[in-house]
Amino acid sequence: MRNRTNVFTNLDWVTILTYLVLVIIGWLSIYAAVYNEEHSKIFDLSQRYGNQLLWIGLSLLLALIILMIEGSFFTSFAYPIYGLIILMLIGVLLFGTEIKGAKSWFRIGSFAIQPAEFGKFATALALAKFLSVLGINMKDLKTKVTAIAIVILPIILILLQNDTGSMLVYFSFVLVLYREGLSGNVLLAGIYTAFLFITSLLMRIQTFTFFNKEIGGELLLIYILVALGAAAMYVTKKMKRLWIIIIAVLICSVGIVFSVDYVFNNVLEPHQSKRINVMLGVESDPQGAGYNVNQSLIAIGSGGFSGKGFLNGTQTKFNFVPEQSTDFIFCTIGEEWGFLGTFVLVSLYLFLFLRLIFLAERQRSTFSRIYGYCVASILFFHFLINIGMTIGLAPVIGIPLPFISYGGSSLWAFTILLFIFIRLDAERIYVLR
Amino acid sequence: MNNLSHRKYIVGAIFSIICLIFIIRLFNVQVVNNKYKLDSDNNVLRVITEYPARGLVYDRNGELLVFNEAAYDLMLIPGQLKEMDTTLFCNLFDITKEDFLAKYNKAKSYSRYKPSVFEKELSAATYGNVQDQMYKFPGFFVQTRTLRKYPKNNAAHVLGYIGEVNNSIIEKNSYYKSGDYIGKSGLELAYEELLRGKRGVRKILVDVHNREKGSYNNGLEDTLSVAGQTIYSSLDVDLQAYGELLMQNKTGSVVAIEPKTGEILCLVSSPGYDPNLLVGRSIKTNYPILTKDSLKPLFNRATMAQYPPGSIFKTIQALIAMQEGVITEQTGFPCIKSLVGCHNHPTALNVAASIKMSCNPYYHQVFKRLIQQNKVKSIFKDSEIGLAKWATNVKKFGFGGTLETDIPGVKNGLVPGVDFYNRWYGEGRWAFSTIFSLSIGQGELGVIPIQMANLAAIIANKGYYYPPHILKKIEGVDTIPNLFTTKQYVGIDSVYFNPIIQGMLAVVDEPGGTARRAKINGISVCGKTGTAQNPHGEDHSVFIAFAPMENPKIAIAVYVENSGFGGTWAAPIASLMMEQYLTDSISDKLKEKRILEANLLNVIPKK
Ligand SMILES: [Zn+2]
Repeated sequence: MRNRTNVFTNLDWVTILTYLVLVIIGWLSIYAAVYNEEHSKIFDLSQRYGNQLLWIGLSLLLALIILMIEGSFFTSFAYPIYGLIILMLIGVLLFGTEIKGAKSWFRIGSFAIQPAEFGKFATALALAKFLSVLGINMKDLKTKVTAIAIVILPIILILLQNDTGSMLVYFSFVLVLYREGLSGNVLLAGIYTAFLFITSLLMRIQTFTFFNKEIGGELLLIYILVALGAAAMYVTKKMKRLWIIIIAVLICSVGIVFSVDYVFNNVLEPHQSKRINVMLGVESDPQGAGYNVNQSLIAIGSGGFSGKGFLNGTQTKFNFVPEQSTDFIFCTIGEEWGFLGTFVLVSLYLFLFLRLIFLAERQRSTFSRIYGYCVASILFFHFLINIGMTIGLAPVIGIPLPFISYGGSSLWAFTILLFIFIRLDAERIYVLR
Repeated sequence: MNNLSHRKYIVGAIFSIICLIFIIRLFNVQVVNNKYKLDSDNNVLRVITEYPARGLVYDRNGELLVFNEAAYDLMLIPGQLKEMDTTLFCNLFDITKEDFLAKYNKAKSYSRYKPSVFEKELSAATYGNVQDQMYKFPGFFVQTRTLRKYPKNNAAHVLGYIGEVNNSIIEKNSYYKSGDYIGKSGLELAYEELLRGKRGVRKILVDVHNREKGSYNNGLEDTLSVAGQTIYSSLDVDLQAYGELLMQNKTGSVVAIEPKTGEILCLVSSPGYDPNLLVGRSIKTNYPILTKDSLKPLFNRATMAQYPPGSIFKTIQALIAMQEGVITEQTGFPCIKSLVGCHNHPTALNVAASIKMSCNPYYHQVFKRLIQQNKVKSIFKDSEIGLAKWATNVKKFGFGGTLETDIPGVKNGLVPGVDFYNRWYGEGRWAFSTIFSLSIGQGELGVIPIQMANLAAIIANKGYYYPPHILKKIEGVDTIPNLFTTKQYVGIDSVYFNPIIQGMLAVVDEPGGTARRAKINGISVCGKTGTAQNPHGEDHSVFIAFAPMENPKIAIAVYVENSGFGGTWAAPIASLMMEQYLTDSISDKLKEKRILEANLLNVIPKK
């Protein structure tokens, strides 16, 4: 209580301003996406932009409430909050409503709430609490296992709800763990595996001809890997200790290449493998699985350099792009504001991410720093997958673009996530290490 | 922890690199690459479905049975509607203003942005009138469809009809989209996948004035539609038409098969209907009318009506009994009318005579030998063994189960077996004396006319058949499904067919035969009459036959409902059909006249 006035003067207004700008951009885009002459009233609860306005208002209220709560509340209640959300995730499995194949919603009247959205800040709190215990070391096996368990538990529950999109976001915590001391090799291994996976997907359907002999793409990839391994061993012939590592990496790589084929043919459902193929450009199916991405690229591409102007988009207006006010909202921005608009928006996000890292690094409390990294990573992952999907660089996975996509649950969840950190940051000078 | 603080740069770098990649990609998509760009005049992409022409159908002699006629659907995308001259529009399309509003609202409630059908099947004349005025009505466009046409008006039941797909089909089969047509019955259903072809998609750009500006992305994403395949049916449409003519004012069916191939030459179900009634939008008004008709014209009697086989079944009884060795060709039985009723006739001294005179007590005794073979002491158990064997043998003739054919929806009929009677009477509570009426084709037996035509073909072939089918040839394909070219043996040695055929010849040819009316001068016809008992009224007249005896070219089954004894109506109709097919002429004009003038629809039902 003694700090309240000080706390408000110490707020990081730069971040708050960025937040407000994004929310306003979001609302304007939703308005544009569903705009038509018949419904031009701004506050109309039968229309999505009307609803979104209501949710924005409630979010601001929520932000204000959070700013008035002492930061110590979040540190002390991190585990109870986490526990409560886990209970809700279990509850939604038992009593939830199914929307679009995912049983992840609680329905209250005409509103639906998705607990998985709130799981993110709760997991961030719990992880921050656990890793900020004095003297903890990321190198300990026990620490690693517990940290991973905190993240895996909600992942499993969300997977059971059949909500793959929300689940993927939890992998963003790897970045936080990395910052807190997880070996960089884990990060590298992850990126390398993803790279190899995509390469072998691309190669497996092609054949190459060498010296009049046809060779399958997959086999060629394995030859290349073996050659690279041999080259690495030649280079390191003075350090034979490294050979074990090189051979292990080689064996794993070959295993991955083979397993891709197996997973593709035996594990994935036909529509899933088709989606991946279309995304990789291996298969073209503009009417089916590729429809969303194709239409979204047309919409974005038709915006050109400077866009068609606010409310003048035709592609997004005529419902060529599905889910345009939720997962594909970026299309509307791309079409109406052109490259200028998308450049500004991407830059705005980058500014926010970097600002969050900057804020996190200036914290005296480990808890606040870790939480700050969690916020940055979660927002970044949403940004990565959502925009990556709309511009055809990531598979079509339905997750919202932070602060911009239509939807109450996600907006509130992102607001809570961010404003807890803004509050923690505001009282940083009163926190003793 | 300070040693880790440099990692903030790496995390920051990851963020920055991804954003950079996104910006490069966006620059490429939005500025550099023209692939994703539409014309700057706010052009709209319109996806037009190219419906392929459905395959044509010819008869065995190359007569056209089904073709397509162009029709034009007026489509509307409500979201693209701009201010326009509604009065002109209503005049052009001959609709009222109220109609216009109702249809507009309906389309709008479906979707503002997806096309819906505003007016179905504009005539070619209307379309010609409005074609050059379409630009005045943004949001409207015309989509070409085809309608089925049946130039011969015949064989409605065989050809079937097409209709719009319903939701359950769309869910089950990913090919179909709302508004597509699909074969609903007959040949249209059986060969749907060959006939339908493959849908194509054309993407075009349309400017704000509703004018086409060319294809999108140079047509690279367009797919060509592939026309459906042409099919030759085995039907002889002249014979079919003649059969429908003979069967007018009668209920029943005529099925003729070429024994050497199993090809169905005609399949008449009477009363029928003009297949052109169930085409396009007229289906909506005509279908309910046909459904409500008390004579059930939509019901395909030839493949779905079940009757007791009557005396014709004696041929099968004799064949099985000879094969089982319980009688020989020379076995005679006295006509003991106390066993089962009969008419007056000389004693049947052999199998051929028993067929010719259709003696009931004779077959009572034959069937008793089949059922009670004294294999075990208990007569109940013994009957079970006998009946089980008998039922298996009967089913080999294509009765009491699915007769393989390409006509959809053929009923099974019923051959009662041991289980059936155990359920009916209880196990150990029935024996030969309970079920003896099977011996003369009555009782619980049920057969379908097409199965009876197949029986005629089996006898003509002396022991085998090809599954009856309506497909003769698919254009451009050398073979038809294996099933239709594989002999199905019925398990009776061919020698045993000789006395049956002799008997059937006598039925038609000799004094005292039951179907003298089936005789054709100069052609040896083999036939067998039957009377299918009808608990609801006058019995049904039945006749099966094949001709010529020496080299059978046609096998036929005729059912005339509520017309009494088989020799009276069914036999002459069969003979006219066979003569028409074999000689392309009718020698006995009186016989033809009698049939054409007969009206058997209002026969007073017997009580
Ligand atoms: Zn008799």
